[in-house]
Amino acid sequence: MTRERSMVPEAEFRSYYGRPVIKAPIWHEPHMPTYLYLGGMSGGSSMIAVVAGFAGHHRLARAARIAAALGAAAGAGLLTAELGRPERFLNMLRVFKPTSPMSVGSWILAAQGGLSAVAAATELTGTLPVVGDAAVLATGVTGPLTATYTAVLVADTAVPAWHGAYRELPFLFAGSALASAGAAGMLATPRAEAGPARVVAVLGAAMETVSGAVMERRLGPVGEPYRLGRAGRLMRAARALTAGGGLLAAVAGRSRTLTALSGLALTAGALCTRFGILAAGRASAADPRYTVVPQRQRLDGERPA
Amino acid sequence: MTERMGFFTDTSVCIGCKACEVACKEWNQLPDDGFVFEATSYDNTGQLGASTWRHVAFIEQTRPVRTSGDGDGGVDRWLMSSDVCKHCTHAACLDVCPTGALFRTEFGTVVVQEDICNGCGYCVPACPFGVIDRREDDGRAWKCTMCYDRQRGGLEPACAKACPTDSIQFGPLDELRERAADRLESLHAEGRPEARLYGESPDDGVGGAGAFFLLLDEPEVYGLPPDPVVTTRDLPSMWRWAGAAALSVAGVVAVAFSGGFSGGFAGFRDGGRR
Repeated sequence: MTRERSMVPEAEFRSYYGRPVIKAPIWHEPHMPTYLYLGGMSGGSSMIAVVAGFAGHHRLARAARIAAALGAAAGAGLLTAELGRPERFLNMLRVFKPTSPMSVGSWILAAQGGLSAVAAATELTGTLPVVGDAAVLATGVTGPLTATYTAVLVADTAVPAWHGAYRELPFLFAGSALASAGAAGMLATPRAEAGPARVVAVLGAAMETVSGAVMERRLGPVGEPYRLGRAGRLMRAARALTAGGGLLAAVAGRSRTLTALSGLALTAGALCTRFGILAAGRASAADPRYTVVPQRQRLDGERPA
Repeated sequence: MTERMGFFTDTSVCIGCKACEVACKEWNQLPDDGFVFEATSYDNTGQLGASTWRHVAFIEQTRPVRTSGDGDGGVDRWLMSSDVCKHCTHAACLDVCPTGALFRTEFGTVVVQEDICNGCGYCVPACPFGVIDRREDDGRAWKCTMCYDRQRGGLEPACAKACPTDSIQFGPLDELRERAADRLESLHAEGRPEARLYGESPDDGVGGAGAFFLLLDEPEVYGLPPDPVVTTRDLPSMWRWAGAAALSVAGVVAVAFSGGFSGGFAGFRDGGRR
């Protein structure tokens, strides 16, 4: 008998014709998970650009500035296309609403997109370097927020596999963002100067792997959707690719082949993580068991799941 | 705000006529939601959604119930209940809406402004009751308004108006709560201990529902969550964890470059000029 089965007794669970209690997230593929990846990559790259600037790693700083700007711009495009009424995308900035992670996130992304675009444009054109430096310094704040606010966004829902993981998801997303940005840096910088990007990739992959494992363990039966079906396959692929890519990055050194393999594996792993998170959220919402059983246990004074 | 208005849906007198569903569709000019045979008793609507703002649930139970005092009569029980948006005191849909399209009316109800909603879809998985949904051909989110337009005109909502048994009662929430407590007491006195109120308590996870129910079985049997909690209750904690994770992003990158800080701020200037 598997661990998850033994913790959810089938007989104690009643429902209305097996129908879901809550509505599943309606966000589309590939838009939403790809945005999660791009936002993470952009935010991590901004942080690399800031520190690389201080440390005098010019080639890496330049690549990271450009990656951050491209990621934020493409991500914002995907988010707009995701809307039911794309022509109303500016309504996102109609109010600033602290109770809505999407409102806060829209402002963060607007700042990140604008600042990273200025930083990349001044880098590429060589004009107004002081403005560009100020902009990239500011992305030292907006970048990490861009990489992690999305975890709050998905956790602030009634979806049990997401809400229950609100402690670990930010670290999973942060790790994934660092691995993505490290991979982008490795692929876009001459290998002799990509050393710190490789370290970022290794540490990010480790953070993503560890926080994912902690999340699934602590969620218990509510974490089942991360192990079953399509979401399970995506999360397993993500783990293998991320761990493999991280190990390769640690030994890649200046090898062209290993660097390419590692960078691509980490990128694919980060994408699998993001698609897997959405798939697990949908599966978690679709089965009333994950909504009803923990709530019933809470009412009956049992261990809250 | 004027007095907070609400629904008290007493399912013990619901006869499953679906007049509420029809009246709602008619008044609010809602499109059809598909013509399907669900094979779930008399329920061919399924669940609340973007174009279904009242949904009558039918539950056929073969559990024996006590009849006229001479033991179990083996009588089947047929539960019917008209579900609706709960108009929560702490409404997750309203909290997470990024545009301000969802708002709290002067009647204490929660309503979507259709000229503001940009269809981001965040309210859909945020609702702990699975009420609000996006109409895909229209792109916007829709749900029960408790007939905001009728209320402003001094009329009761269409569903309550049409209900032939007063299973759906509309009025000031305080008054409805008193009425429900009386009704519960009399049902218990009649020997129906299974009767219970759902969503009436301001102490529950959503701060009490503006539309609450008298049920004859556990909420999950009707497709309702047994102990719903507004997700934003944990939002401050969520931001703290995310803040720590954001700091870890900065920390990891700083560690990755440690030992290599030769440029100082001048590193920026050189980088910017090339």
